[in-house]
Amino acid sequence: MTQIWIARDYSKCSGCRRCEIACSLKHEGEIWPEASRIRIFMLIPGIEVPHLCVQCPDYPCVEACPTNALSINKETSAVEVDKEKCIACGKCIDACPGKIPHMHPTKKHIIICDLCNGDPECVKVCQEGKWNTLWIAPRPSSSLLSIKLYARTPQEITKDLAKNLYGEEFDKEVV
Amino acid sequence: MLYGYNGKFIEVDLSNEKINVEKIDEQILREYIGGRALASKILWDRLGNKWEEVDPLGPENLLLFLTGPLTGYFPGARICVSGKSPQSNGIVGSTVGGNFAIELRCAGYDGIIVSGEAKKPVYLFVKDDFIEIKDASHIWGKKGKETTEILIKETFKELSNKWPWKGLWKDPGILYIGPAGENKSRIAAVMSKWSHAAGYGGYGGVMGSKKLKSIVVKGSNHLPPVANKEKVLSLIAEVCRVSIQEKDDWRRWGTGYGGYGVGADTSSEPIRNWQEEWHDNKSFGVDKFEERVWIKRYWGDDGCPTTCLKLAVIKDGEFKGTITDNPDYELQAYLGTNLGIFTPEGNAYMSSVIDDLGICGIQGGNVLGFAAELYQRGILTKKDLGIELEWGNPKAFAKLAEKIAYRKGIGNILAEGTYRAALKLSKKKKIDLMKYAVQSKGIAIGAHGIRSGLDYPPIIGYACSVQGGDHTSVAGLIREELWKCEMSMLFADSGVVCAFNVFKLDWLWDFLEAVTGWNITKEEWYDKIAARVLAIQRTFLLLGGPDIYWNPKTHDENPERFYEPLPSGPKKGKATDKEDFNKTKSEYYKTLGWDEYGIPSSEKLIELGLKDVDNILQKIRNKIYPS
Repeated sequence: MTQIWIARDYSKCSGCRRCEIACSLKHEGEIWPEASRIRIFMLIPGIEVPHLCVQCPDYPCVEACPTNALSINKETSAVEVDKEKCIACGKCIDACPGKIPHMHPTKKHIIICDLCNGDPECVKVCQEGKWNTLWIAPRPSSSLLSIKLYARTPQEITKDLAKNLYGEEFDKEVV
Repeated sequence: MLYGYNGKFIEVDLSNEKINVEKIDEQILREYIGGRALASKILWDRLGNKWEEVDPLGPENLLLFLTGPLTGYFPGARICVSGKSPQSNGIVGSTVGGNFAIELRCAGYDGIIVSGEAKKPVYLFVKDDFIEIKDASHIWGKKGKETTEILIKETFKELSNKWPWKGLWKDPGILYIGPAGENKSRIAAVMSKWSHAAGYGGYGGVMGSKKLKSIVVKGSNHLPPVANKEKVLSLIAEVCRVSIQEKDDWRRWGTGYGGYGVGADTSSEPIRNWQEEWHDNKSFGVDKFEERVWIKRYWGDDGCPTTCLKLAVIKDGEFKGTITDNPDYELQAYLGTNLGIFTPEGNAYMSSVIDDLGICGIQGGNVLGFAAELYQRGILTKKDLGIELEWGNPKAFAKLAEKIAYRKGIGNILAEGTYRAALKLSKKKKIDLMKYAVQSKGIAIGAHGIRSGLDYPPIIGYACSVQGGDHTSVAGLIREELWKCEMSMLFADSGVVCAFNVFKLDWLWDFLEAVTGWNITKEEWYDKIAARVLAIQRTFLLLGGPDIYWNPKTHDENPERFYEPLPSGPKKGKATDKEDFNKTKSEYYKTLGWDEYGIPSSEKLIELGLKDVDNILQKIRNKIYPS
């Protein structure tokens, strides 16, 4: 199967958070924003940033895991979490250039987007609603590091996007 | 088991800096659901025997922030703000969108009840079971945008410092007030995001009177469990399907989609303080907003498929720095046509200014229009205003809005809202100015006129509403029409959900049953629950006090302007028919089991289980029917 990547256009995000609802229903069976693998950060109103794993070609999170709880699914390229092995140490969060992995709010393990086995729920609802913020693209070949550029913190993304949407006057520290 | 609720409320006594978490009896929830209906019960229980003495802007008043069982499940979450209204002196339920309601529900609560008054400015911080009253002196005095930026920054840092194990926490839900609220303006709104506002009722002023600048909430759990998950999920999918597949204009243009038509087609848009209700100024069509000021075409709140909000930004020129939502239809009208402003840029600028000050766009636009008509007529002069208040001049209106927010000069009078300003200025100028006040029971009338008879509000919509001029909760005889019957809208305000996604009224009952497991039929809603709540709201409205009392013989009436013939447009010459109004009013009160003056009968109240309400109403009966 062709490996996929969830492409994203931050400037189009409506902030409806239906992706969070779809993701948390799929993975947790509940509407649970802080347990969603994709999260919408709104550090400035109107500047909504969908934040989710980009599957960096060099997988720094997997590298950093001291217990081998993180592995790469060869078929989908997604990072998979072995909940039994995870000791919730947070080393993968530190290793991620975008601080994307986050701890499950009530259970002691990390959560990372697993691409829903190649058929991501977040993309489905975003496309259904015609917002076109998220869509499925073929995963770039690993010699290109371009997708890693998306592994940025919500603060960094917000800062750039605010300048773009609100004008240069909005060039200030976000958090 | 209780489904769809957390069953817990936060009680904050600001005077004594005490915080309690209280459970609420399941039977009360079953009888009053949540939001506006539950607010009426709580206010009745706690303030019922001293209502007339309670100063809405004093420490005895309660300020309620209540969700309902549908909040977060029905697509498009809102929270209902209530208390004794400083506008009508009754109970108003005013809802606001944003992520606050979801965060609160995920933190484990269905609502917050605030009492007392803080000694110095504070804000309330809630993170699950950690609740704290925090110092707000560094944000007191700040406008809306700056307040929001500081609070998000501060909370983002605090969450990762106090609970570092999580990694990054998402931003919290925030409600706040601007300078108008701090200065206890009766037309101040409770705000969220840039310009989401709970405007009707004037609860921004109540929040300010308690020196409560903001409430910040982060919840880490999921929404409370529901009775029938499969059914709830299929209902959510149905709402989303209908919105996305069938409501394209609504999604694309938001409430402004009807905007140009309200002026051009139905002749029911306020223009220059309602002196006219018709225009066909094509520069003010919603497509012009889309082309000229919207930089984000779809913007929405938690779970909403419609995303009818838009983001307006002006990056250059006279109105540079403007950032606001939409403006939606109401603000296109009240901060546009009602002030003689017919450009999207001028209108978006006004909306940005008024939001930043924390003034309600409707109440604010109404009182600005009122002042401008008095200026037009030479009753208020440049000397009175300090401004040449010409129609169509956004900068002049923005200046006056600042004076209102800070209660400077004439702003101190206008900050009291149109009705009270009219009373005060009439005395000062020694002429009757009430005929220029387009309001009902202290609440400025929403931007949908009744003179042409072509718009949705019934002829008695405002005059007989328990929420005065509120254009969402209009009184009417047609049951089961959301926008023509107060008892139906009461469901949306109690659910608590966004009425703009209720494309089919039946969804509400279907959701309620699937979420709570209770079988509450439509009949039970209309004949018992809603009837009970309307009777309570009506009683409080008639009790009023301490500064204002309503006499149903004279105040269950339309503003005088609605009896003046429309001066222009295809419906020129049309006015509200007094006979039709009186007939409809009697019929309406009769259907509710109220007497000719809208006093609920003893028989009806006892049938509804409201014996104590009946006892208190006796005072009103004695006043109206002197023996």
